[in-house]
Amino acid sequence: MTTRLTALLLAVSFAMTAPLSALADTFVFTAIPDQDESRLMTRFGKVADYLSEELGVEVRYIPVKSYAAAVTAFRNNEVQMAWFGGFSGVQAQRLVAGSRAIAQGVEDPAFLSYLIVNTSTDIEPAEAFPMALQGKRFTFGSRSSTSGRLMPEYFMRQATGQSPQQFFSRVGFSGDHSATIALVQSGAWDAGVVNYKVWDQAVREGQVDETRVRKVWTTPPYPDYHWVIRGDVENRFGEGFIDKVQAVLIGIEDEDILASFPRQGFIPASNDDYAPIVNTARELDLLD
Amino acid sequence: MTEQRWQTTARRFRVASLWLGLAGLLAFVVADLEIITGTPGTEIGRIATGFLSPDLAATEFIWQALANTLAFAFQGVALGIAGGFVLAVFWHHRLVRAGSAVIRAVHELFWGLIFLQLTGLSPLTGVLAIAIPYAGIFAKVFGEFLEESDQRPALALPEGSGRLTTFFYARLPLIMGPLRTYGAYRLECGLRASAILGFIGLPTLGFHLETAFRQGDYSAGAAVLYVFFLLIGTLRFWLHRRLVPVYLGAALWWAPPLSSAPEGTLRRFFTSDIVPAPLKGDGSLADLWHWFARLMMEQGLPGLWHTLVLSTAALLATAVLALLLFPLVSPRFGNRVSRGAGHLFLMIMRTTPEFLLAFILLLLLGPSMLPGIIALALHTGAIVAYLTGRFTLYLPARADRPRGLQGYAWDTLPRIYPNVLALLLYRWEIIMRETAILGILGITTLGYYVDAAFAEFRFDRALVLIGLAVALNLLVDHLSRRLRQHLRLSINSGQFAREPMP
Repeated sequence: MTTRLTALLLAVSFAMTAPLSALADTFVFTAIPDQDESRLMTRFGKVADYLSEELGVEVRYIPVKSYAAAVTAFRNNEVQMAWFGGFSGVQAQRLVAGSRAIAQGVEDPAFLSYLIVNTSTDIEPAEAFPMALQGKRFTFGSRSSTSGRLMPEYFMRQATGQSPQQFFSRVGFSGDHSATIALVQSGAWDAGVVNYKVWDQAVREGQVDETRVRKVWTTPPYPDYHWVIRGDVENRFGEGFIDKVQAVLIGIEDEDILASFPRQGFIPASNDDYAPIVNTARELDLLD
Repeated sequence: MTEQRWQTTARRFRVASLWLGLAGLLAFVVADLEIITGTPGTEIGRIATGFLSPDLAATEFIWQALANTLAFAFQGVALGIAGGFVLAVFWHHRLVRAGSAVIRAVHELFWGLIFLQLTGLSPLTGVLAIAIPYAGIFAKVFGEFLEESDQRPALALPEGSGRLTTFFYARLPLIMGPLRTYGAYRLECGLRASAILGFIGLPTLGFHLETAFRQGDYSAGAAVLYVFFLLIGTLRFWLHRRLVPVYLGAALWWAPPLSSAPEGTLRRFFTSDIVPAPLKGDGSLADLWHWFARLMMEQGLPGLWHTLVLSTAALLATAVLALLLFPLVSPRFGNRVSRGAGHLFLMIMRTTPEFLLAFILLLLLGPSMLPGIIALALHTGAIVAYLTGRFTLYLPARADRPRGLQGYAWDTLPRIYPNVLALLLYRWEIIMRETAILGILGITTLGYYVDAAFAEFRFDRALVLIGLAVALNLLVDHLSRRLRQHLRLSINSGQFAREPMP
């Protein structure tokens, strides 16, 4: 009985591949969990296959849980490249000397966040930030999210002259853009901020009850998502590898692959593009 | 025992219960309990639909996640038992007791967050995050079992018998039974902990569970949760003593406990990451004090206060729930069918992660401490009710005892009450650790700030805040131990030795 069970266990185990160990000569990347996390392995597996073919080295994707986990994996060289948000990318650049931002989405130099409210607040869409939200309950998305927290908080502080904790009666972190939409729609929170792409997609797919929740304000544009690569990859994959990766990313035209991000295409980026994020993060005391 | 003594004990219970009850009520008074009912209908409907139509295929690699959950739990608990065993042998040293208390006061999730920095996204991180706090817990339980076991066999050994000889021949055999039961119970806790470690990114069931629910994919989330229920619910059918070595071997083979972090990570963590920010530049001691004072004023003290209020209120709610629910699984009430249903209900309540309960309650009640208190109380109340129900097995049962409500009020409750109180006092400390994961409600507990510090890569701050949480836990632990001694409560001793404690 025992041996049969052991055999069964072993057989079951062999049938699956252990995804935990990293191979030394494999180029590993990750992407921050942000939008539609279903079937990540399958979708980003395709990205890995594409990169592998173009770069001529083995490429693997590993999923991560949070922004911080993505940055930690990058810092510990468990991944050599990652698709970061504005703030997590800046954290990564600062923690790993010599790392470089090499590409961003076509949409990313001018990214936006939407302020959404429950319709029971009677707040109407306007150009200016709705001051009537004073004393209401407000939720951000994830704590380290650029579009769900950092930049909206910065612009809201400019508009209100107060910290969110002073301006609102209660401030929470829903942890995710989709959760923000669900919780504002339910009325648990009066208002919240979301990544504009997540909102637009949710509306397109009919997941939003627009009699309950509406978009009322748009932030000014700011730089957001980008690819960051470790400087020391050239020791392992040869000189010029970073330029090669950059060219391959920018050359992606396959709609299927671009939809994983979701972006229309990629354009070059550099560390300097994210100076506004660094300054904002310092002002909000999220960065020393 | 004289009549006088009986009265004294009962009086002590009454007084202690009164004070705990008052503390709980006071916590409810100062807690923020605002109820906001919006229009949760749509979302609750989607959740209900999700639970009625679970979609197993929506989660890729779910079987790997299941295997990882088992592997981390088996290795972590085994290593925890080994470590706890060694510590328990030296239990008479004050330093060992204090050290054990410190490592067990840090939540598995915090250990996980620390080890993610040290050993990366690797099996070793999962194993150590469970093994270290469990070693502290096992040390305490083994140590107390040993202290309370019969000393006579050891005294009967010939003069000059070695320490180890005495331990293995005259001490250990006496406590093997309870140790085994307790180990099995701990494995269930280990499996839950292992799954929960997925919330911070380890590839266990919790990874997919949290993702699915956070993203509103309730069918996928329900399926993962059902798999988890099945795993815990069937534990007693597949967890046989003889098979444990096999499982452990399979666990080691499936996920060898290796680190995936590069060399130098450890040194970097201790020599740079956790060094307070002002000391890294050319800051003076005054800067350090300013840094520390600001951290305490803005995060430490408010966090401490909210943690204390939330956990004390939750403790009272837990007590009420446990007293109401334990008859569900007690052999003194109901019949086979009702007890079967009771067991299932309590298993579901204690296995459902608190964050999920908190999310649903947040939809229904709006953001305040209330969803947090209820979520913690439902989870812990189910555990205490389950253990209390099991205790009633060993109560003396007179043939002419009253039944039903009469029996509950005049026979069972008075007999079982000391155990309930002891369990609750043990649980206080645990509830306090659990408040860490309720950041979604915007409740600024210590765990909320620790989480923020890790997200901002400010490990210096994280360590100070964790230290504060440890201090609070030690205080509560000390308080509850004093209270238990005062009430002469022990859930390890006498007739209850065969039963596990929380």
